[in-house]
Amino acid sequence: MGPTEWVFPDTLACALAELAKPDTQGVAGGTTVLDLMKMGHETGVRFVDLSRLDLKRISESADVTVIGGLASNTDVANAALIKMRHPALSDSILLGASQQIRNAATVGGNLMQATRCSFFRSPDWPCNRRAPGSGCAAMQAPGSGHAILGTSSHCIATHPSDMAVALLALDATIVCETLTGRHRIPMAQFYRQPGETPSEETRLPAGALIVAVEVPHDPLFQSSGYLKLRGRASYEFATASVAAAIELENGVVHRVAIALGGIATVPWRDASAEALLLGNTLTDEGIDLFCDHLLAAADTRPETQHKAPLIRGAIHHMLKRLAEQ
Amino acid sequence: MGIAPDTASETVRRNVSLRLTVNGEEVMIDVDPRRSLLDLLRDGLGLTGTKKGCDHGQCGACTVHVDGQRRLSCLQSAAQLNGAEVLTIEGVAGPDGDLHPLQTAFMRCDALQCGFCTPGQIMSALALLTENEGADAQEIREAMSGNICRCGAYNGIVAAIMEVANGAD
Repeated sequence: MGPTEWVFPDTLACALAELAKPDTQGVAGGTTVLDLMKMGHETGVRFVDLSRLDLKRISESADVTVIGGLASNTDVANAALIKMRHPALSDSILLGASQQIRNAATVGGNLMQATRCSFFRSPDWPCNRRAPGSGCAAMQAPGSGHAILGTSSHCIATHPSDMAVALLALDATIVCETLTGRHRIPMAQFYRQPGETPSEETRLPAGALIVAVEVPHDPLFQSSGYLKLRGRASYEFATASVAAAIELENGVVHRVAIALGGIATVPWRDASAEALLLGNTLTDEGIDLFCDHLLAAADTRPETQHKAPLIRGAIHHMLKRLAEQ
Repeated sequence: MGIAPDTASETVRRNVSLRLTVNGEEVMIDVDPRRSLLDLLRDGLGLTGTKKGCDHGQCGACTVHVDGQRRLSCLQSAAQLNGAEVLTIEGVAGPDGDLHPLQTAFMRCDALQCGFCTPGQIMSALALLTENEGADAQEIREAMSGNICRCGAYNGIVAAIMEVANGAD
């Protein structure tokens, strides 16, 4: 039914007080909120405009880059600091959405964006993520975009964000605030796999506002990259994507970070697969072992089985590109 | 499309009072809390040059500028725009009616067929000229990817933008 009123807090304290009230919806760029409202989704009745809050800066301290939760996707992608220290983050943003949407979208909103599963988007269908317990129409009619990792018998929707995949590879931390104080959540723990409760998408506390994202300074990340495969050349969600960084010493993998998008219910990273690469020479066979381990539990269906070879190819391509830098 | 009627007739909505600048003119208006900028422009202000294509952020036909940046007006809540400066296709030509060089380039390069997407294409291209001065054809195609043309006039659109970006007009 959409909002019955808007409130316009000028300070973080006022915004947190508003977000703690029932039936409220924080709105930053608002692109997803307005879209889903028009699709017929239930929304909070009080919309809290976040655009006046002073949370848009991009800065650095001794050992981290601090990105304000309300910094626009455009500002983050174009910041010289980000391009220099965390190129995978800049690349992932610029390969997502369109310039018009990146201008409106914020970092916090990007992290919280809803899945693009068409059965979630249209309230005409059962969906455990939108309406818990109603069922999963995607199980009966899976599309080519659905997830093959992190699925459950209740949901196979793919996480849509490119930026979140890069932040996962870059060991970012989400900083949020509630009325009771500040909380820090590592990216690796931020999203919940659907399990039996697909509607519980993140570990963000109730009433919390994402005030910043911190990305550690690490020489490893200065040569990071993002590769995205999709159904058309631009302005399309990922079919398979890789954010990665690698440090080689005499051809031997010393450190590695590989996060994957487009194939899983949450941005995906597998430390046990990464461990297979460490201490070994980077070879096609080694990368295949990584992929075999990564995809061992893949939940493919006829409509999604192309994603396994696609992500495998993307990983090979990305790691070789980084190794040749 | 747009706002569905209330099913519960007793629902009370508190309109939001806005003061904004549209194409250089100050506008004061009360808007429904659900209203998109697109619907405000077309239905509230009679500025129908901005087109409603998909109304879901997938086609770019509704592109306008907000505070100098291109945005999709269909995905922008009007209520958030108090104090904003909005530029639509109606404000692109000069005050004497002279077309903007980009508009004449679109005509010269045959950059449209049915014309429905053209206001959005022009608004996007206008922003691109300042975002990336001297953009090459490849960069223009990427930067314009949020504006769909179902007639497929893409080659003409890129040619028109190239002309203006490279100072041919």
